[in-house]
Amino acid sequence: MGGRDRLGAAVVALLLIGTWEAGVRLGNVPPYVLPAPSAVLRSFVHDFPLLLHHAGATLGAFGVGLSLGVAAGVLLAGLSFYVRPVGRALAPFLVGSQMIPVFAVAPLLVLWFGYGILAKAAVAATISFFPIAVNALDGLRSVRPELLEFFQALGAGEGKLLRLVRLPAALPFLLSGLRVGGTLALVGATIGEWVGASRGLGYLMIRANAQLRTDLVFAAILLLTLLGLGFFGSVGLLERALPPRRSRLRTP
Amino acid sequence: MPTLELQEVTAGYPTRDGWFPVLDSLHLSLDRGEWLAIVGPSGCGKTTLLRVAAGLLLPQSGTVRVEGGPPRGRVGFMPHGETLLPWRTLLGNVLAAWEVDRRPTALDRSEAAALLEHFGLGAFLQAYPHEVSAGMRQRASLARTFFAPRPVYLLDEPLGALDPLTRLELQEWLAGIRSTLAKTAVLVTHDVEEALVLGDRALVLSSRPARAVAEFRVEVPRDRGRPEFVALRGEVLAALRRGKEGHGRA
Repeated sequence: MGGRDRLGAAVVALLLIGTWEAGVRLGNVPPYVLPAPSAVLRSFVHDFPLLLHHAGATLGAFGVGLSLGVAAGVLLAGLSFYVRPVGRALAPFLVGSQMIPVFAVAPLLVLWFGYGILAKAAVAATISFFPIAVNALDGLRSVRPELLEFFQALGAGEGKLLRLVRLPAALPFLLSGLRVGGTLALVGATIGEWVGASRGLGYLMIRANAQLRTDLVFAAILLLTLLGLGFFGSVGLLERALPPRRSRLRTP
Repeated sequence: MPTLELQEVTAGYPTRDGWFPVLDSLHLSLDRGEWLAIVGPSGCGKTTLLRVAAGLLLPQSGTVRVEGGPPRGRVGFMPHGETLLPWRTLLGNVLAAWEVDRRPTALDRSEAAALLEHFGLGAFLQAYPHEVSAGMRQRASLARTFFAPRPVYLLDEPLGALDPLTRLELQEWLAGIRSTLAKTAVLVTHDVEEALVLGDRALVLSSRPARAVAEFRVEVPRDRGRPEFVALRGEVLAALRRGKEGHGRA
């Protein structure tokens, strides 16, 4: 994002927040319907310890769920890459699985895995494995054959090719998948907590909503957004720290 | 025993319309320390020849032997084009060739660095391929190929895709360090002068399917300006032309 884009984004944000604040104040909107941004910020600061306590549970489910999603995604990508018939047989089911709304499945997952962290992690994993699998597979397929032939002629087996060429080439693709999958996993963990939990930001939102603490609902949304952006940004930093992958070099 | 031997090698690719012949009963034999340059019209099957010799493509008939055994794993093959790993430094790329055999030690690292230095890249050990010029990448590719100890090296247009001046400079440079390397190599090129500057022998192939048209031993001084060199160049060009036309008539 260039300096001008950044300025533009800041102006849009200020305009939105200003309109929101002015609208709530001038229109005398009751705070349980729509709290003013200033009220949300007040709740965010005042209830920060409470938010943090629940964020811990959400992050736990997010971490376990995303790890499961990465494991499943990478496994599926590897399987589709090396055992092509299996990959082709699985493809329609994997794509089909993405058409089922997670909201619909979440209650079932809670039914099967209970009210603990496992159900939320399962929702997060279900929603995040797909972009990770697709990107990892693209990464494995991205290698030009000439890059491999040098090592094949020297006698490298598939294990060596994987370690020396395929995995490093696939790494940036995997990180792209992780960025998308991670963002989704956070949504998944929150959905899992809506359905049934005794802790977590999703649970806090449901409870605050019932108590007409709309400001707290918004504060929780704000924290979730910040957590998501933080994850997105850290993966971006990791990507930038990697040595170059797709350089401008092309075989003429 | 020859270091590399191809006997009656016929090879090709299957296509939808049937078999597509590329190599037609080729025979070649290379002794230790020799450099053989292969020239031929573009698309005649020079790359296929190297892929067969490297064991990457099985011939339809005939045999390939490297020191009496099968070729796979016993040759260094430098494919055409940019094939350095973009995520590894020049030093890392050279060491990657070694990692096929075993984990590199500190000694291997210093030997790899010494080789790159010998190739004029001592100041760029930690540079990534995209940070150096095309000529330097080509030299690093050569260093990487030669770093894995193998009885024979197969170089596919090792100086291709370079601007004419850089190419000329690299030809002179490679001809200069050839003797210090003490390697055995087959090098494929479409440039007749390059073949005569770098090869002990030059094998001329016909258009596809490639057959051997003529072979020349380079016994003249490798100086482009000398009349003997110019005469030999003329002979090779005439053979090339014969191979192209002869095939057209057949």
